[in-house]
Formats: sequence, C-alpha cells, structure tokens
Amino acid sequence: MTIIGILQIVLFVVVLVALAKPLGAYMARVYQGEKTSLDPALKPVEKFLYRLFGTRETDEMDWKTYAVAALLFSAAGVLFLYALQRVQGFLPLNPQAFGAVSPDSSFNTATSFVTNTNWQGYAGETTMSYLTQMLGMTVQNFVSAATGMAILIAFIRGLTRHQSPSPSGRGVRGEGHRGEGLGNFWVDLTRSTLYILLPLAILVSLVNISQGAMQNLTAYQTANLLQPTTDSNGAVVTTQTIAVGPAASQVAIKHLGTNGGGFFNANAAHPFESPTPLTDFVLILAESVIAAALCYTFGKMVGDTRQGWAILAAMVILLTTFMFVAYWAEANGNPAFAQFGIDQTASDANPGGNMEGKEVRFGIARSALFATATTATSTGAVNSMHDSYMPLGGFVPLFMMQLGEVVLGGVGSGLYGMLVFVIIAVFIAGLMVGRTPEYLGKKIEPFEIKMAALLILIMPLTVLGMTAFAVVHPDGLQSIFNPGAHGFSEVLYAFTSQGNNNGSAFGGLGANTFFYNILGGIAMLISRFWLAVPTLALAGSLVKKKQVPESAGTLPTYSPLFIGWLIAVVLIVGALNFLPALALGPVVEQLMMK
Amino acid sequence: MKTQSQSQIYQRALFDSFRKLDPRWMARNPVMFVVEIGSVLTTLLLIQAVPSSLLGTGFGAGQENPAFIGAIALWLWFTVLFANFSEALAEGRGKAQADSLRAARQDTQAKKLAAPTRDAKISLTPSSDLRQGDVYLVEAGDVLPADGEVIAGVASVNESAVTGESAPVIREAGGDRSAVTGGTLILSDWLVVRVTANPGEGFLERMIAMVEGAKRQKTPNEIALNILLAAFTIIFLIVCITLLPYSIYAVNANGAGTPVTITVLVALLVCLIPTTIGGLLPAIGIAGMDRLIRRNVIALSGRAVEAAGDVDVLLLDKTGTITLGNRQAVEFIAVGNVQERELAQAAQLSSLADETPEGRSIVVLAKEKYNLRGRDGGAEGMTFIEFTAQTRMSGVNLPPNRGKRGGGIEIRKGAPDTMIQYIASSGNNVPTELNAAVERIAKNGGTPLVVAQDGKGLGVIHLKDIVKGGIKDRFAHLRKMGIKTVMITGDNPLTAAAIAAEAGVDDFLAQATPETKLTLIRGYQTGGRLVAMTGDGTNDAPALAQADVAVAMNTGTQPAREAANMIDLDSNPTKLIEIVEIGKQLLMTRGALTTFSISNDVAKYFAIIPAAFATTYPALQALNILGLATPASAILSAVIFNALVIIALIPLALRGVPYRAVGAAQLLRDNLLIYGVGGLIAPFIGIKIIDMLLVALRLA
Repeated sequence: MTIIGILQIVLFVVVLVALAKPLGAYMARVYQGEKTSLDPALKPVEKFLYRLFGTRETDEMDWKTYAVAALLFSAAGVLFLYALQRVQGFLPLNPQAFGAVSPDSSFNTATSFVTNTNWQGYAGETTMSYLTQMLGMTVQNFVSAATGMAILIAFIRGLTRHQSPSPSGRGVRGEGHRGEGLGNFWVDLTRSTLYILLPLAILVSLVNISQGAMQNLTAYQTANLLQPTTDSNGAVVTTQTIAVGPAASQVAIKHLGTNGGGFFNANAAHPFESPTPLTDFVLILAESVIAAALCYTFGKMVGDTRQGWAILAAMVILLTTFMFVAYWAEANGNPAFAQFGIDQTASDANPGGNMEGKEVRFGIARSALFATATTATSTGAVNSMHDSYMPLGGFVPLFMMQLGEVVLGGVGSGLYGMLVFVIIAVFIAGLMVGRTPEYLGKKIEPFEIKMAALLILIMPLTVLGMTAFAVVHPDGLQSIFNPGAHGFSEVLYAFTSQGNNNGSAFGGLGANTFFYNILGGIAMLISRFWLAVPTLALAGSLVKKKQVPESAGTLPTYSPLFIGWLIAVVLIVGALNFLPALALGPVVEQLMMK
Repeated sequence: MKTQSQSQIYQRALFDSFRKLDPRWMARNPVMFVVEIGSVLTTLLLIQAVPSSLLGTGFGAGQENPAFIGAIALWLWFTVLFANFSEALAEGRGKAQADSLRAARQDTQAKKLAAPTRDAKISLTPSSDLRQGDVYLVEAGDVLPADGEVIAGVASVNESAVTGESAPVIREAGGDRSAVTGGTLILSDWLVVRVTANPGEGFLERMIAMVEGAKRQKTPNEIALNILLAAFTIIFLIVCITLLPYSIYAVNANGAGTPVTITVLVALLVCLIPTTIGGLLPAIGIAGMDRLIRRNVIALSGRAVEAAGDVDVLLLDKTGTITLGNRQAVEFIAVGNVQERELAQAAQLSSLADETPEGRSIVVLAKEKYNLRGRDGGAEGMTFIEFTAQTRMSGVNLPPNRGKRGGGIEIRKGAPDTMIQYIASSGNNVPTELNAAVERIAKNGGTPLVVAQDGKGLGVIHLKDIVKGGIKDRFAHLRKMGIKTVMITGDNPLTAAAIAAEAGVDDFLAQATPETKLTLIRGYQTGGRLVAMTGDGTNDAPALAQADVAVAMNTGTQPAREAANMIDLDSNPTKLIEIVEIGKQLLMTRGALTTFSISNDVAKYFAIIPAAFATTYPALQALNILGLATPASAILSAVIFNALVIIALIPLALRGVPYRAVGAAQLLRDNLLIYGVGGLIAPFIGIKIIDMLLVALRLA
C-alpha cells in the first residue's frame, strides 16, 4: 500500500461525506414539495407532465396502491424495453444496422435494466442501436433509480406520519392528517427524475465529455493500425473498427442511478466511458453520492438529522473498512507471479501489487476503491476485472453484495434495505433495555418483524439456493471455466450479483446460457420486487401507528454505541448466512495459495 | 402459601420434560421443533449405521462411525430435553401454587337466602349451584361459597387462602371494603352477600388458571421474537441444506475427500439456530408471571405484564401512596390579641372527642407544645358536636361554670369557608390576619382548620400531609427510567402543588373526579403514552378500565377489581413500581439471551466449518483457531456446549436479567458488553474446554 493510494481512498470518503448534507437537504426540499432553486426551470415541466398524465399532486396513495403503481410502471418498462430491442432493426439511429436482439436475451436485458440490476448478457457495441441505448437503457437507468427513490420516500413517510386516536378512541387521524397515505408514486417518481437525477446527470456528463468521453451519433470509425497484427486464422489485420456513440450521457446516469450497465462491453474500464483518473473519481462519487445524501434527506424528513448521520456513519465505516481490505489484498500482490519473475513492488514506475485485470491509468488503489464502491452501492459497473483479483480481494466485492446491498446500496433501495436492518437492530436492542422496541416513536410489533424477517430471508434463500442448484446441475457446471474453489466463487458471485440487483460480473463464468439467463432473471425479479412489496407493506403498517414520545427510557438510535450495534447486526446477519459458502470459495482459495 | 418442596418441583419438571417431547407440543416452538427433528434424524442414522458396522460394509453403509453418530444424537436429545426442562421448571412453581389454591376451592353448602335480608328463609344449596345475583348468608366459621359483594353486615375475614396474609380483614356493606372472595374464611359475625361470579368464573378460578399458565397466551413481543427466531432458523436451514451440494461440488472439483455427512450438517444446523433463546423463551415468559405472583400480584393478562415495562406515565393516588394516610397538626396560628396557648387549648377541647387521626394529632400537639391536658378538667358537662355534612364543622359546648361569663362557651372548628360564614353570621368581623394565615397554610400544601370561640375567630390549626420517607428517591429513580409520575388528589391546586413539589412528582391532578382522571388518562394516551394506575374505589373503575396497566387493590371494591388487569393481594399502592421493573426485566431477559444466542454462532462456525471439510480442504485447518483435536471432537464439543449452555442459563432465565434504573443508553451498553461480547467469547472457551475433556477421557 502506498501513501498516495491510501490518500485516494481517504479523499473519496471525505468528499462523499461532505456532499451528503447539501445534496441531502436539497432532496428533502424536493420530496417535501418545498421551493428549490431549480423551480423556475423545472416547475412548469413538472406541472405540464401532471396535466398530461392527469396526475393530481395531492392524491395520496395507501401502501397497496403505491405498490401496484410501482409494479405496473415496472411491468410497462419491461414490455417497452423488450419490444424496443426486438424491433430496433426497423427504427432510426441505427448506423451499424443491428438487427433484432434474440427473445431470451431481450427479456433478460429488459428485466435486468428495469430491476436496476443491469446485469449484461450482451456486449453493447455489437448488439444495441443508438436508439435502443438512448430510449431503452438510458431511460430505464433514470426511472428504475427513481422508482427505488420513490419507494424509499414512501417508507420514510410511513415512519414520520402518524395517527393518534381521538379522545373517544375511534382512531381519527392525528397530526399526520393524511390517513394511511404514503404519498403519490407518480409525483415521487417525477420529482426524483426531474429535480435530482436529470440535473446531476447533465453535470456529470459535461465533466465526463470535457475529459474526452465519447458522445456522438456517427457510425463506427475505422482506424489504421500502427502495427499490423494477425487474427486467429493467421490473416493479416491492418485496420480496427472503433465503436463510438452517445456514451457519455448514458454513463453519467448509469453511475448516478447505481445501474452499472455499460455502453461498451468493457464498462468503466473503456477509455470512451471513463477516459481519465478524474472521470474515474467522478464516476465513483456519482454512484455513491445520492445514496449517501439520502441518509441526510431521511434525517431531515424525520425531523432529526442525527438519525440520518448515524445510518450514514454505519455505512461509511463498513465501506471504508472493506475498501482498505481490498486495497491491502491487491497491493500485497500475487505469490504465484513470483515464479515468473514479475516485480510487484510499488515504485514510481510500477503501481505494485496484483495488476492482472487492472487498468494502468487507475492502478491498485483506485481499482480496489472502484470494486468496493460499485458492489457496496448496487451499481455493478467495473473499471477492473474482479475475477483476476486475489481471492481475498475478490471476497470484498462478493461480501459487500452479500450484506444485502445496504452499505450505501442502490439509490433508495439501499437505504430502505438498511432501515430493515435498523428495525431488527432496534428490536433486539430495544428488548435489551426493557421496552417494547420502537424506532422514531413507532412501535416495532409482530407485523413489522414479520415483514423485516421476510426481507432478510429472501435474499440468502435465493442466492444460496440457486448457487447450490447450479453447482450440481450439469448445465450449471458446464459454464464453469475454472474448476475448484475459484469456479465456486464465480457461480456464487453471479447469483449474489443478480440476487442483490448489483449486476457486476466476476467473469470466468459462461453466464450467457439458457440455464444462467433463466435462473438469473428470476433472481433479479425476486430481489427487486419481492423486497419492494414487503417494504411498502411495512410502511403501510408503520403509518397507522401512534407516535410514542421520547423519554429517558427510549433507546437512542443515533449514539455511537447504536451505530456499532447496527454494524454488528449487518455483519452478523450477512456473515452468518454466507460464511460456509465463503469458506468454500474465496477463503479456502486464499488459504491454499500460501 | 404452602408450597411443595424444591425436590418435588424438580421431579415433576423432569417428568414433564419427557412428556413435552410430544411433537404436537414441540411444534409450538419452531426452533426446538427443528432440533427434535434433527434428533430423530440422527437417531435413524444411528440405527442404520449400527448393523452395517457390525456386519461389515455391504449392508446400508453408515455415513459415519456409529459412536460419533450416537454421541451427536444423544446430545441433540439432551438439547431438546434441557429446553423442555427449563419450561417445566418455570411452570412447576405456578403449579405448586395452583394446587394450594385449589385446596381452598372446596365445594361447600351455601346458606342461600330467599331475600337479601339476614332473617330471610335459608335453603342449603351446594356452592356450585350459586349463580350471579343469588344472595347467601355466612356466619363465623363458614367458608365463603362464592365471590360477591356484601350487602349487609360487618365481619372479620381470613383471606389467607388468596393473599397468603393471615391477619384478618374487615368486610362490610357499602364503601370500599365490600368485596369478598370465595374460598376465604369468615372469622366472626355474619355477612349477607350477593353473588357476583358464576361457578368457574370466580377470582380463585381465574387465579389458578393464571398461575398454572393454562390459558397463557403469547404476548406481542414474544410473538415478534418468535417470528424473528423462526426466520433465523429458516435461513440456517438453507445454509446447511445448500452446504451438501457445495460439498459435493468441492469433492468433485478437488478430487479429494468425501462430501459432508448428514450427521455433521444436522449438528451444524442445531448449533447455528438460536437454540439458547429458542429453548428458554417459554421459561422466561412463565418466570416473569411467576415473579409477579411471588410479589403477591396476580396479572389477569400476560399482555399487561409486558405493557408494564413500556409504561411512560404512572398515576399515583396521593393518599396512602405518596403521603401517609392522614394529615397531622403541626402548628397553631393565633390571630388578633389571642394567645397561641389560648388557641391551643380551645383546639384541644374541641378535638377531645374527635377520634380521627387529624383530631388526635391536634390533641397531641397541644399537649406537646403547651403541656395541656384537655381531660384534666374532666369532661363532665361538655357536649361534643360531631361533624356532619350539614354543619360541616365540629366542636364542643362547655357548661357555664367553666366559662368566664354567665353562659356556656361554644367552640367550633372546621374548614375555612364554613368557619368564615359562621363567624360572619355571628355578627363578628373576620380578622384579616386569619385570612392571611389560611392562605399561607394552603399555599404550603397544608390544610387550615379555623377555630372559633363564641363566634369569634381565634386562629388557625395547620394540618399537614406527611410525605412518606424515601418516596422522593423513588420518583427520581422513575424519572431516570423515563417514567413520568403524576399525583392524583382531591385537594385544591395550591395544596396539591405544594405536596407535589415536596414529594418530587413530575405533575399532579388536583380536585380529581372520576371524569377528570379519565380525561387525563385519555390525554396521555392520545399523545402516544402508556399509562399505569392503581385504584381501589368504585369511582376509580372507569379510569382503571382506560389505563393500559391497571392495578386494583385486593381490598378494593368489586367494580375496581373487574376493571383492572392486575390485582395486588397486598394492597400496596407503591407496588406499581415493582411491577414496572418486572415488565422491563421480562423484555430484557429475552433481548439479552437473543443477543447471546446469536453471538455464539461465530465460535461455532470456527469449530465446525474446518472440521466438516477437513477431508476435502485441509487448508481450512487454518480456521481451527481453537486447535480442537479432531474433526469429530470439534463437532461434538460444539454440540455439547450448545446443549449445556441451555442448562447453565436456566437460572438466569428464571431470575431475569437484573434491571437498573440508569437510562436506556447505559443499559444497552452494559447488556451488549455482557451478553453480546460475552456471547462471542464464552463459546470459544467452553468449546475448547469440552474438547480437552473429550480428549482427556479418550472419548474422541
């Protein structure tokens, strides 16, 4: 590890935390319908959209209506994206004249983008027309992220709004005054997109373009090779086709919305997606900043910013710790390289450590930083190949996902996932201080625990179950290119990634088969919607509760002790489920290297 | 109360722990049910393995050495039995108590009356035939045949069958002492009682049902915890089931070793699922109720015990709870040119016949201060005027020979408003000093009594409420627990405020009526608070019914007892504070053992994972940080530790985690340190010791 490397990680954490408050405060204003500085430009657009679709801003939805709206919207997204891929050959903006994408791949991709997973079974530059990229992928990058944010905001309203019984005890609406309403899905969706994602995407795109990222609509370019080469048939090759297109605009939202589906197959390692170390830094920041700032928004909306800071602190402590674990593992280098006489010591001319599968313009620290951030947030973009990491280095991205995508996590979904862990932490801690557990004044009772239990149950069930099926099924085994513990890690990684809506691939696994596409597709759907619906049900139950005033007997949910307890709960619930599987994958592989 | 000997309780619990192996019973507890299935499964594997080891490999080859499977199966059965034993033991105490209660509930011949008067016609009827509304007569030596309300007569009753207190209590018609309980014994005189409960629904029956836990329903927090534990169990079930395919893959890919056996997977599963808390959970709940019973409080619902831990607001009656039952004279304030001694003498004379504690305290004060002895002069000729609701004052008329003038002397004392009217109607001016004194006393929380002689105001007696010693500390204690105390009193606001300040309560309700009490409780509840209160009178009943935790005094009236969800057999109003602590203890014990149980898993992983895959991946031996001797000893040690820890924690489950009023933050820190960090470390030590013992005894 080098000083510069350590400083890069520290700098990232400092900038991330510094941005959380201003952006978080702005988002709180947006969701609470207060005035913002962007109102002059955006208010008319917003009003126009509501008029166009006949949405009334004041219409409140209960949890069921909200869930149905979110599900219908997503279903429509899947159908549209599927259809678009199937008919792209007849549509304009297709300079390379790509034909229809195959039905199973179209379905997989549509599901993947709508669920905010962005697992890619295809290579962008050889499959998708510009229109499909812009109208399909980019649009879903916006709205799948906005859907996650909307559900989070509904959940927060469940915590903040409350009812109090009238003196006659008939349960008349109290100060919350909105009955069982959690807000309006269409309004939350529109505001998330218009006021938050769009302005930030424009900003990040411009930074990226200024550094040389690709943004055009022209056909692919042909360049003469400086040094002719031969192809696999022995024929001499003198030219190269260079894929171009409207990449920068898609890349910005791909990170901001924690989507991660690359415009090009090489994703953020491709110089046209992320040309310089600066853009690399901006993209890591982009994928983390909204999730981090939403913690502040949460604190603001519940009327106690300490609550938001506490959750952010737990996330940042976990994130930073694992960034250093990954960095340390990679910087130590690969003992297997020693026999080839490869120098792995860091110097001015050598980044040092295990550089296999990493970009020289990013180096060890930045790759470890990116790998940890992209899996901690549910982005799944890559700037280096995780399959080539040291077993322990590869363990970090795997583990970050297995924690349930709650360390920052997806925009919206990460925080609502974390709040479920908070509810479990509060439940056990609350019992330990001798009171019916309560969070932000809402009592945690059997129904809440039932939903929370469901939410922590589904993910390990999906991931472990599907991995087990794949490692004994011939179709599953067929795609494993590296048998042994590493091959096991690859399968585990594939289902962990899809079962947590991350979308990053470990590689080394031929995942583009019928077997993996179907299982993976199911995993993505379960992970997104089976979690969103119980989350909204939880909000629907919380909103109906009275608010218990705070007293000396109330468990403080912002103290350093509670932050530590929350981290322990996240780690123990995450680690205990996956420890045996990890022992048979990265752990034993690392142990066998010595 | 007569209880069975300790060994009898243990014997019965031991027997019950086998009886509870019935799967229909076990299914109520998902965690232990899984352990029982695991026990059955390993037992079957043992049966399969034994013949194959005897006959050689050909027939139904066992997956493991039969001795190993047998040891695992045995300890899994122990795990289930230990858990059952804890529950049976907790129930045992209640059962013993129920037996002695049952002995009191004997069928007797009741003297049923045709009409609600003592001289009505008597017909002898079995007590089981008495119905609500019937009227019966009991006389000295009878056992009361049914619960009821006294409608005529006064008698002393021995209620020790219910309360354990053998000193007799007075029961009489009207007022707050009219409720009688079936099964108690009348010692003197007679009572005419109207039956209030049908057979089988009486207080004694309900009490038996409660202490036996027969009708025990799971409380909301217990249900929530059970759901969470079930979820953990399902997760670990998946973890262990999927481990088999993973292991098969590893064996094939690595070309070494054999797949993990079912026995090892079952052992791992039982170690991982939260058996410690799962096994002890029922015992914790029963023991919580039992702790109440031992403090002579009968909870009529388990929910109320749990709610007691959540209470935010305590409503406490001033009289009897905060202050000693009666006020005492502390000062004489003479007005005008009247001497204090003169006032004291008049006050003493007027109180000679006043047998109320207040009256007696006036006599005593006058004697102490001025050495006056009212009776020296003899009481001949004095006419005492008793307090009546009409005149609202009392006093004495002295015969002429003791007066200075020809006529007799008329001394009166009473509440200021009445007395001022009396003075004014006698044509005298009310001295301004008198008004000032009255006001000063009232402001300080005292009760002024004005004394007048022949229609002229002499001065004021200062009666003071005496706040109980140590009560202020208790309220400070409650404040630290986050509980607000509210004093309820019929006094005027000035008096109430002064006593409230002296006693250190957070708030008070003055001039309380049933309506204002009800409004107050609803107000707090609307604000999301949980309210607890005690009461005994019929006029407390509406408020008791509204409160979340309502404790009625056993001496209270039937309506109050009906409205409450707990009954304090000692009739001690400060008991509420202990009830709150028991409620908190109940929740804390569950939380602490859950944390302990889950933190234990870390060590168990380190023991079992390297052992389970020893043949396939010898490199995993690096995780055997405890240096356990062999794979078999490692797995067996973890299973044995898991079973023994249940036994080791039974005393804690029954006693409860101690509660201290230190605020939530510190409680959490302490409990996390003990049960969280302790739960991480303890199994490392325990498993290592067991492993060393197994090696030393050559069992592994």
